[in-house]
Amino acid sequence: MATTAVAIKNNWWSGGKSPFNVEYGKLMMWYFLISDAFTFGAFLISYGTIRFSQNYWPNPNAVYNAFPGTGHANLPLAFVSLMTFILIFSSVTMVLAVHAGHHNNKKDVVKWLAWTVIGGLAFLACQAWEWTHLITGYHVVLTGNHLDVVGTTVTGNPWGVHIDRAATIADALKNTPHEALVNVVHTQHHDMSHHQLAAMSDDQLRGMLNLAELHVTEKGPVAFGGFFFGITGFHGFHVFSGVIINSIMLIMAQKDVFAKRGHYLMIEKAGLYWHFVDLVWVFVFLCFYLI
Amino acid sequence: MDQLSQSTEITYHHEPAEDTSRIWKTFWILLGITVIELGLGLFMYLLPIPAWVDVFIKGVIVILTMAKAFYIVSIFMHLGDEIRNMIMTIALPLLLFIWFIAAFLWDGNEFRTSRNRYDKHFQEQTMKRQIRMGDTSQHSFE
Repeated sequence: MATTAVAIKNNWWSGGKSPFNVEYGKLMMWYFLISDAFTFGAFLISYGTIRFSQNYWPNPNAVYNAFPGTGHANLPLAFVSLMTFILIFSSVTMVLAVHAGHHNNKKDVVKWLAWTVIGGLAFLACQAWEWTHLITGYHVVLTGNHLDVVGTTVTGNPWGVHIDRAATIADALKNTPHEALVNVVHTQHHDMSHHQLAAMSDDQLRGMLNLAELHVTEKGPVAFGGFFFGITGFHGFHVFSGVIINSIMLIMAQKDVFAKRGHYLMIEKAGLYWHFVDLVWVFVFLCFYLI
Repeated sequence: MDQLSQSTEITYHHEPAEDTSRIWKTFWILLGITVIELGLGLFMYLLPIPAWVDVFIKGVIVILTMAKAFYIVSIFMHLGDEIRNMIMTIALPLLLFIWFIAAFLWDGNEFRTSRNRYDKHFQEQTMKRQIRMGDTSQHSFE
């Protein structure tokens, strides 16, 4: 017995067996993931290249500081930490499902896959909130010689340098057209509708502003939003497709497809994809939020 | 009967671990590293620190992230349990990233340095408040 094993072990490439001792589908999943890693790598490195080509870049702690239900409290990194923990935990439930599959334990496979799907959906919900908050979170920005109100989008970046010269702001207010002025005033008077404010004169509107509280910034590098939404969006789409794949695995396991097949190797392949999604998030987290 | 008998491609099946202790241990390691990263990130945000300390801490965070990636790939994705030849077909192509990252970040930095030197308007618009380390174009100000 022992000698046979050694003889086979020394001749992986002599034919008649898989030289990598791995199932075809699983090997191909690995090679797909390598290509996907290069795609994400190219995105993140192009982001790094643009960032290195700029003198100024927004501080992530200032941009990502909101948490649902806490209003304007300054909580840097808190929400993205929650998202990271959700994804790491769903990775753990996935590997537990794979583990249960190794032991042909259908009940546990179904249980842990269900938790993984829930974790994926929770992450997507968090991302939806974060995107909405950034896109609709309006900020007063000095645009040319007047003020404007912009959110974080692929064409607008309100996260430039803070302007503290009162004279500059007063000049810009005089040049600000009516519609923009309505938006600026609305950032301080949420209780009034745009319609009510639009009916007022420019002088009335300027009088309503509390200039000491008005936080005005310059425009930031425009590439910021494109890279953020592009890369987190591409990652979010991977999470979404991972949730679909895991749901299909869940249904198949529940319907005894794998039990009849005699093994749960398909769960391993879905698991590889899901762990890769977690792995990419580790780097997205690093590049966008931490450094 | 071997539970994997229908998968003829596998000559030796890894004996599956009986318990899940290795998985949970890895989870706690990943959690711990993430908490340390967050602590360092907040440290950089809250305390006024010199630029070189800032770069040093960011370097530490990158290394911690690589450790996280290693644990996810090696334990969760079970790559550490595969045979060496297969690991190499996956790990070696990724070494291209070393050149990829170095070349492109160098290029971005070079573009910024040249632009600051020849486009003084751009420099005045963006440079006043924040000057990065190692920017050779700054000598023209002296």
